[in-house]
Amino acid sequence: MGTKRIRENRRNFFKSTIALIGGVITYSLIKPIEVFAQAKEEESKEDTSNLPLWGMGVDIESCVGCGKCVEACKIENNVPKEPFYFRTWVEQYTVKNDGEVKIESPNGGIGGLKQSVPSKDIFKSFMVPKLCNHCSEAPCVQACPVGATFISPDGVVLVDESYCIGCSYCIQACPYGARFMNPFTKVADKCTFCYHRITKGLDPACVEVCPTDARIFGDLRDKKSDLVKFLQKNQTQLLKPHLNTHSRVFYHGISSEVK
Amino acid sequence: MEEHFQHLYQALSQVDGYIYPNEIDLHWGLMIVLYPYITGLVAGAFILASLERVFNVKVLKPTYGIALLTALAFLLVATLPLVSHLQHPLRSYEIFMTPNPTSAMAIFGFVYLWYLMAVLLLEIWFDYRLDFVIWSKKSTGFKKLFYKIITLGINDTDEKSAKLDDKLGYFITVLGIPSAFILHGYVGFIFGSIKANPWWSTVLMPVIFLFSAMVSGIALVMVIYMVVSWVRKVKINMLCLDTIAKYLFYILIIDFTLESLDQIHRLYEAEESFNIIKVLVAGKLNITLIFIQILLGTIIPLLIMGLFQVYKPSEKIRKAAYLLVGILVLIGVFFMRWNVVIGGQLFSKSLSGFTSFKAVYSGMEGYFMTAVWLILPLLILTFLLWLMPPWNKVTSYQD
Repeated sequence: MGTKRIRENRRNFFKSTIALIGGVITYSLIKPIEVFAQAKEEESKEDTSNLPLWGMGVDIESCVGCGKCVEACKIENNVPKEPFYFRTWVEQYTVKNDGEVKIESPNGGIGGLKQSVPSKDIFKSFMVPKLCNHCSEAPCVQACPVGATFISPDGVVLVDESYCIGCSYCIQACPYGARFMNPFTKVADKCTFCYHRITKGLDPACVEVCPTDARIFGDLRDKKSDLVKFLQKNQTQLLKPHLNTHSRVFYHGISSEVK
Repeated sequence: MEEHFQHLYQALSQVDGYIYPNEIDLHWGLMIVLYPYITGLVAGAFILASLERVFNVKVLKPTYGIALLTALAFLLVATLPLVSHLQHPLRSYEIFMTPNPTSAMAIFGFVYLWYLMAVLLLEIWFDYRLDFVIWSKKSTGFKKLFYKIITLGINDTDEKSAKLDDKLGYFITVLGIPSAFILHGYVGFIFGSIKANPWWSTVLMPVIFLFSAMVSGIALVMVIYMVVSWVRKVKINMLCLDTIAKYLFYILIIDFTLESLDQIHRLYEAEESFNIIKVLVAGKLNITLIFIQILLGTIIPLLIMGLFQVYKPSEKIRKAAYLLVGILVLIGVFFMRWNVVIGGQLFSKSLSGFTSFKAVYSGMEGYFMTAVWLILPLLILTFLLWLMPPWNKVTSYQD
């Protein structure tokens, strides 16, 4: 009798163990898909076609490398002042007569970029402002394990500071070096197109201060916007197009040396 | 904070060529080197155990229990360096609460849990259940209490129940092999899927990680088996040791072939990133890659074990050689992880320059913590071997 009861217990134990394992497997399999399903649902609910789709044009021929945009960005967005943290920066490219390419961006270009190569050795030189490219197929968004970085309905790649776990995977995934780990908030940080400004109808700080209008910000859906006109008038290129990130920062006048 | 900035200013002064300004700081340090290393040891040790049970390689029997407990001891520690590296470790549970289905890292959490809870713990439990029942009657104090609790009230000792344990244990081991493959293949995918980084982004990465994991896990069990035998003052089963070394030899050949294939492919295709990778391999990584990983960790072990396939010196020499090979392979695979993780961050994604890496001794990312995370699993293993010694088992699965 005793052994029979134990055997029954044993059978019950196996049943519950199997149920438990089954539960774990099913949950593990369903959980990610469920999130997927939710995301789909949310997408279908929300019609984004009447919202703006933000983008930026950068005119290489206009940029003089004054670095005002970098400075304005740091002040506006409270970016740490140390020279390791930038939401935007300006690179100075110098192609020498011997074909060698020198790239510089001391302190991101704050204070203005100065030419270090003697003019007799210079074949050509130009400035390239850089920032988050706000990719529509963003590798950082794909990589974030918790979904703390996301694309807003109006096309801006943002980070939820209260949610980011600080794993740095998005920083590794960004091909443009546009992200950094903020040493104070301890979360991934990046250009937001000054989301707090653009949602109030203002331009991003870098665009606002640019003395030569080298940065053109606007709504890609608004056919009358300065950005759309800029794209219509000029031949533009994306950075690292082979990575298929479909970014929304368009460069005009870029040279093949630009990385 | 000031210390961190000082560190970065120093790195800034050592930048070679041009790097994007946000790239001066290496975001993944020693903790992320440890994470694939420890996970690989788990997968490798488990695969060795499975080899014996599922593929019926009976000579490996003396290492079966040790391999399983080694896998468990290291698996318990595997995520700790990862979590301690997070800037917000207390938010790490969000990976399970709201996983991003497109993130390789998110799904790893589930793979890890599945492997720990559904594979390793169950397999060990089925293997030991009967022993727990018997030991609970013989021992006293803490051990008795532990054995009693861990039997979960299943106290049957008849032959039928032992057979059932064996059957279920076997089933889980069969399930465990693909699970171990997935566990470590996935770790490789975390790196291999980063298209922004040409040093990581290769379709071979998961396969290379898997084979190097097997290599490191087998080497670890081999070394632990020898050390445990010496401590217990029992004779090492040379047939078993020779067989482990034979498997290590074969799998190391596959691993080396795959890694060479990857490099030859880069060399031959010579894509955009090739120029910088060439400088990386010849310069920044020459010691850790060419000298430690390839020469010490691969070629010398291959030569020694290759020689033993045709010529067998005395047992004493073989034992010493296997110990040396085991340690060399373990160091080699550690530096393979180093070369992937640190190497991949040394060059700029602008492909125009290098930053430098300088590890510190103190702090959560330092050498000291690295040593802690490597010694901790060994302490856990010692405890497990004391608590549930595989050599005292009265039963073993059916031959």
